[in-house]
Amino acid sequence: MSGIREKVDVCVVGAGHAGCEAALACARMGLETVIFTVSVDSIALMPCNPNIGGSSKGHLVRELDALGGEMGKNIDKTFIQSKMLNVSKGPAVHSLRAQADKAEYSRAMRKVLENQEHLAIKQSEVVELLAEDLTEADGSYQKKITGVKTFTGAVYEAKAVILCTGTYLKARCLCGEAITHTGPNGLQAANYLTDSLISLGVEMRRFKTGTPARMDKRSIDFSRMEEQTGDERIVPFSFSTDPEDVQIDQVSCWLTYTNQETHDIIRANLDRSPIYAGIIEGTGPRYCPSIEDKVVKFADKERHQVFIEPEGLHTNEMYVGGMSSSLPEDVQLAMYRTVPGLENCRMVKNAYAIEYDCIRSDQLYPTLEFKKISGLFSAGQFNGSSGYEEAAAQGLIAGMNAGLFLKGKEQIVLDRSQAYIGVLIDDLVTKENLEPYRMMTSRAEYRLLLRQDNADLRLRRIGYEAGLVTREQYESVCEKERAIASEIERLHNVKVGANKEMQDFLERKGSSGLKTAASLAELISRPELSYEMIAAIDPDRTALSDDVIEQININIKYDGYIKRQLKQVEQFKKIEKKKIPADIDYDEIKNLRLEARQKLQRFQPVSVGQASRISGVSPADISVLLVYLEHFASIGNRS
Amino acid sequence: MKTDTIAAIATAVSDSGIGIIRISGDDAVGIASRIYHSKDNSKKLADVRSHTIHYGYVYDGDTLVDEVMAVVMRAPNTYTKEDVVEIDCHGGILVMNRILDVVLRNGCRLAEPGEFTKRAFLNGRIDLSRAEAVMDLIHAKNDFALKSSVRQLKGAVSGKVRSLREEILYEIAFIESALDDPEHISLDGYLDRLQEKTVRIHKELKKLIDSADNGKMLKDGINTVIVGKPNAGKSSLLNLLVGDEKAIVTSVAGTTRDVLEESIRLHGVGLNIIDTAGIRDTEDEVEKIGVEKARKYAGNADLIVYVVDASCALDENDNEIMELIADKKVIVLLNKTDLEQVVSEEDITGKMTQVSVIRTSTKENTGIDEFERTVRQLFFGGEIAVNDEIYITNQRHKEALAEACESMELVLDSIADQMPEDFYSIDLMSAYASLGRIIGEEVGDDLVNEIFSKFCMGK
Repeated sequence: MSGIREKVDVCVVGAGHAGCEAALACARMGLETVIFTVSVDSIALMPCNPNIGGSSKGHLVRELDALGGEMGKNIDKTFIQSKMLNVSKGPAVHSLRAQADKAEYSRAMRKVLENQEHLAIKQSEVVELLAEDLTEADGSYQKKITGVKTFTGAVYEAKAVILCTGTYLKARCLCGEAITHTGPNGLQAANYLTDSLISLGVEMRRFKTGTPARMDKRSIDFSRMEEQTGDERIVPFSFSTDPEDVQIDQVSCWLTYTNQETHDIIRANLDRSPIYAGIIEGTGPRYCPSIEDKVVKFADKERHQVFIEPEGLHTNEMYVGGMSSSLPEDVQLAMYRTVPGLENCRMVKNAYAIEYDCIRSDQLYPTLEFKKISGLFSAGQFNGSSGYEEAAAQGLIAGMNAGLFLKGKEQIVLDRSQAYIGVLIDDLVTKENLEPYRMMTSRAEYRLLLRQDNADLRLRRIGYEAGLVTREQYESVCEKERAIASEIERLHNVKVGANKEMQDFLERKGSSGLKTAASLAELISRPELSYEMIAAIDPDRTALSDDVIEQININIKYDGYIKRQLKQVEQFKKIEKKKIPADIDYDEIKNLRLEARQKLQRFQPVSVGQASRISGVSPADISVLLVYLEHFASIGNRS
Repeated sequence: MKTDTIAAIATAVSDSGIGIIRISGDDAVGIASRIYHSKDNSKKLADVRSHTIHYGYVYDGDTLVDEVMAVVMRAPNTYTKEDVVEIDCHGGILVMNRILDVVLRNGCRLAEPGEFTKRAFLNGRIDLSRAEAVMDLIHAKNDFALKSSVRQLKGAVSGKVRSLREEILYEIAFIESALDDPEHISLDGYLDRLQEKTVRIHKELKKLIDSADNGKMLKDGINTVIVGKPNAGKSSLLNLLVGDEKAIVTSVAGTTRDVLEESIRLHGVGLNIIDTAGIRDTEDEVEKIGVEKARKYAGNADLIVYVVDASCALDENDNEIMELIADKKVIVLLNKTDLEQVVSEEDITGKMTQVSVIRTSTKENTGIDEFERTVRQLFFGGEIAVNDEIYITNQRHKEALAEACESMELVLDSIADQMPEDFYSIDLMSAYASLGRIIGEEVGDDLVNEIFSKFCMGK
C-alpha cells in the first residue's frame, strides 16, 4: 500500500495526559514531533473522575510542573473547585485536589498543543511500529525503532517513538451483558497495535478499570445531601501561576451514602455482573473497587460514601464518585435510585468496566525506554498505571528522555529520594504489577522530604537542564533557596533573653516561658508558635514571601524528622550505588532461591538497591548477592 | 566456580582435650595429603574414599608434629559443599597452631571469621538465618546457649516477632489509608488507641531484648565489675572466686593500681570479673589512672559487685561510688563480718534501691555461696534451665530489636509532641522493617496489601 511518507524526530502515539506531556516536552526541546490520536476532540480527555490531584497525586502534578510539564498550568486555568487535603495532618501529606471543568480542560490543553512550535497533531490510528534488528550487540538492545505506520498506510520515519495508548488497545467496554469493542466514552478502540508489539517481542497483559454513571443534574435532589465546598484561599497547582489569578467563585460537590437497600439490590444481581460471572478477564485495581466489589469484600460495612461531582460549568452531567459498576443498566438504575437524593435520578451515561491491553512494565528501563528496543519509550496506562496524574508524570519523563536520547545526552532517572515520580517509575519497572498502579503516599519512603510545597526546590534544576524550564524560573528558585537558607541561619543565630518582656510575650502567645536565652529558631520549633507569630520580638527581619516563610516554618519545626530521613537517604544511596556488573550470571549463584534467580535474570537490575526492591527477592537473597559480589570481586582482584 | 582453599582451627582455641583443624576448598585433600603420613606410610589421603577417617601423623617436612585422625569428605556432601578435610589432633593451643601453620604453608589461606559458614551459605547449603544460628552454635560456650541456638532454629523467636510485626502493620495501614483517602477514613480519636498499643509493643520488644542480654551473657559471660573503696576486700573476693592468688592481696590501701580480669564459671554461668583499683580521691598518678579505668569499667558492666568494708563507717567516697552505680544491677557485699560491724544494711538500702545486700567475710569464706545464688537469681530468676522463655542469642537480631524498640519510642515521642498522624507511620514502618530483618522478610507490598484488604478505599 502506498501512502504519505514523512520524516520526523519523534512520534507520540496517543494524546491523553501522558501523550500530551510527552509531545510537549519533545517539541519544547526543539524536536520535530507528531502526536497521533484517534480523535482530535479527545485530546486530554478525562474519561473518568472530574478532578486532578488528591493525596499523593497532587504531589505528582506539582513535581511535573516543577520539571516543566503542562498539567498544573492547565488545571489552574480550568478548575471549578479546589481543596488542599489533609491540612490537619503534617505538611508532607498536604495534597491539592481540584475539580476540573472537563470540557474546558481538554479544550485548553488542545490549544496549547496546537500552538506549540515543532509539534504537529495528526488524527490517525497507528497500527504498526517500524523497527530494525541491530547488527551489532549494543547493551541490552536487540532492535532499533525507525518509525510508525498508520491505518491509512502513511509512514512516519522517526528516531524515537513514545507509546501512550491509554486504555485504547483492544479495548472492550462492559455493562452487564452489553459488551462493545470501544475505547473510553464510546471512542474507537485501537485494535492493531498490540499485534505489532507482540511481533516485536513485547509481553502484554490485560488490565481493567471502570467508571461510575453520570446523572442529569436536574434529576438530583441536593437537599438530601451534604454540601462540600472548596477552600476559601485557593493554592494554585503550578509554581508559575500567580495565586491571585485563581481566587475564583467555586462550585460545590455533594456527599450522600449507599444503604442496605442498595447493597441488597447489588447482592441479588451479582450473577449478572461480568466480573462475578467470569466474563471479565482483566485485572482490576483494588484501590478503586466497583460498588459491587465493596459490598462483597466489606460485607459488614453498613454504608459507603457517594460523592456527586459536577463534570463542568456548561453541562448538567454529574459524576457519581464511589459507585463505579459493570452491572447491567437496569440494575444500575435501581441501585442508584436507592441512594438519598438520587431517588428520581436519570442516567445520562451508564457506568461501565473497560478492559484493555497494556505491557508488563518490567520490560522498561527507569528511563521508560524499552530494554530491548532502542528509541522506543512508553508512558501512562499503557505501562500499567492508572490515573491522569500518573500518566502525565510518566509522559513528561518519557518525553524528556526521548529528547535527551536524540540529543545524545544522559537521560534522567529520578530516584526514590528525589520525587514521587521517581517512586512511581521505580515501582513500575522493578515490581511485579498485577493491577493498575496508583500512586499512594505510603509508597514514598522519604515523603517528609518529598513534599508538594518543595517540589520546585527539588526539581526545577533538572527541568532547567533538560531545557523545559526557563532560565528566569530556575533563577527564581535558586534565589528562593538562598533566601530560605540565610533566614534559617539568621534565626538560629539571633538569641532572645529570658527577660520579663519576653516571658510576657510568650505567655500572651500561649507558650511557656524561657529559662535561659534561646534562639528564634528554638521558639519557632515549638508546636504552638511559628515564624509569623514571633514577628514582634524579631524587629530585624526583612519581608519574605509566603512560600519562603512556609519553607522556614517546615524546616525548623520538623528539623529532627527531616534530618533522620536524610540519614536514611544516605543509606539508601549507598546500596543504590552498588552496581551489578552487566555480565553477571545469576545461575552461578546457587544459594539464590529459584524465584529470586529468575526474577533477577528477568529484571536485570542495574544496582543492588534496585535488586532489593524486586518482589520475590528477599533480604537473604540480597545478602547472598552481596556476598557473591564481594567474593566475585575478591577473586577478580587476586587473579 | 573455582574456589581458593581455606583453613582454620574449628574448635575453641584453649587447652582442651581435642582440637580440629578444618580445611575446605578445591585443594583441601591435596594439602592434607601432602602433610599426612599413615603409620606404615602406605596410604595417601588423595586416594581414599570420601567420608572416611584415617589414623596417622602430621609432619612438618621431616618433623613429626602430632598424632592425628584425618577425616576426608569430598564435595558436595560436606558442610561447605566443597572438598573438606578435618584433622583431629590433640587439644592445646601450641599443637593446633602448629598444625594450622603447616597446613597454611602447604597452599591455602586462613579463613576469615565465619567463612566456612559463609561458603556453606554461598554454595547453597544453608540459608542466612540458619547460617547465623550455626555460627552461634559453634561459639556457644555452655549448654544453655546451645539450647537457645537450637530453639532459634525452631523459630520460637520468629513466631513472636511475626505477631508483633502484624500488629504494627495493621496500625500503619490504618493511618495510611486515612492519609490516602481522608474523605473516607477518619483518624478522629485514634491517638489513644495507638498510644496504648505502642506502649504494649514497646514493652514486649524490651522483654525480647532483655532476653538477648541474658543470651549473650550466657554465651560470652556476664561482665562483672568489682568496685569499692581501697582495702575493702575486692581482691580477696576475686581470689576466692578464682581460686588462686592472681590478684595481689595486701593490707596497704591502693595496692591494685590497675584492673585485673578473670573468667570464672558459677553453676554453668560464665562471669568475666574485672577487679578494679579502689575508688577514692587520690594524688598518686598511677593510681589515678586505675581509678579512672574503674569508673569506665563500672559504666559498661552487666553486674556490679560493690564491696564495702562493714567495719568502717560509710564516707564521701562510698557516696560517690553509690551514685556512680545507681542505675546498674548491683550486689552489695558487706565484707569483713569477722570484725566489728559498723555499717548496717539500711545504710545501703537507704541510698540505693533494688540492690541485694549480702554479708560476707572473704577472710573466713562466709557468705560466698549466697553471693553465687544471688548472681544466678538476678539474671535467670533463680533457675538457669528456663524452658518457655524466648532468648535472642544473635547480635544482629538484638540490634534489629533495639532499633525497633527505638522506633516505637520515637512514635511515643511524636504522640507526646502532638505531631500530626503521618509522622507516626514513618517510625512504625521503621520498626516493621527492623523486625522483618530478624525473620528475613522484606517489606515489599505488605503495606499496600494490608491497606486494600482491611480498609475500603474510595472512588
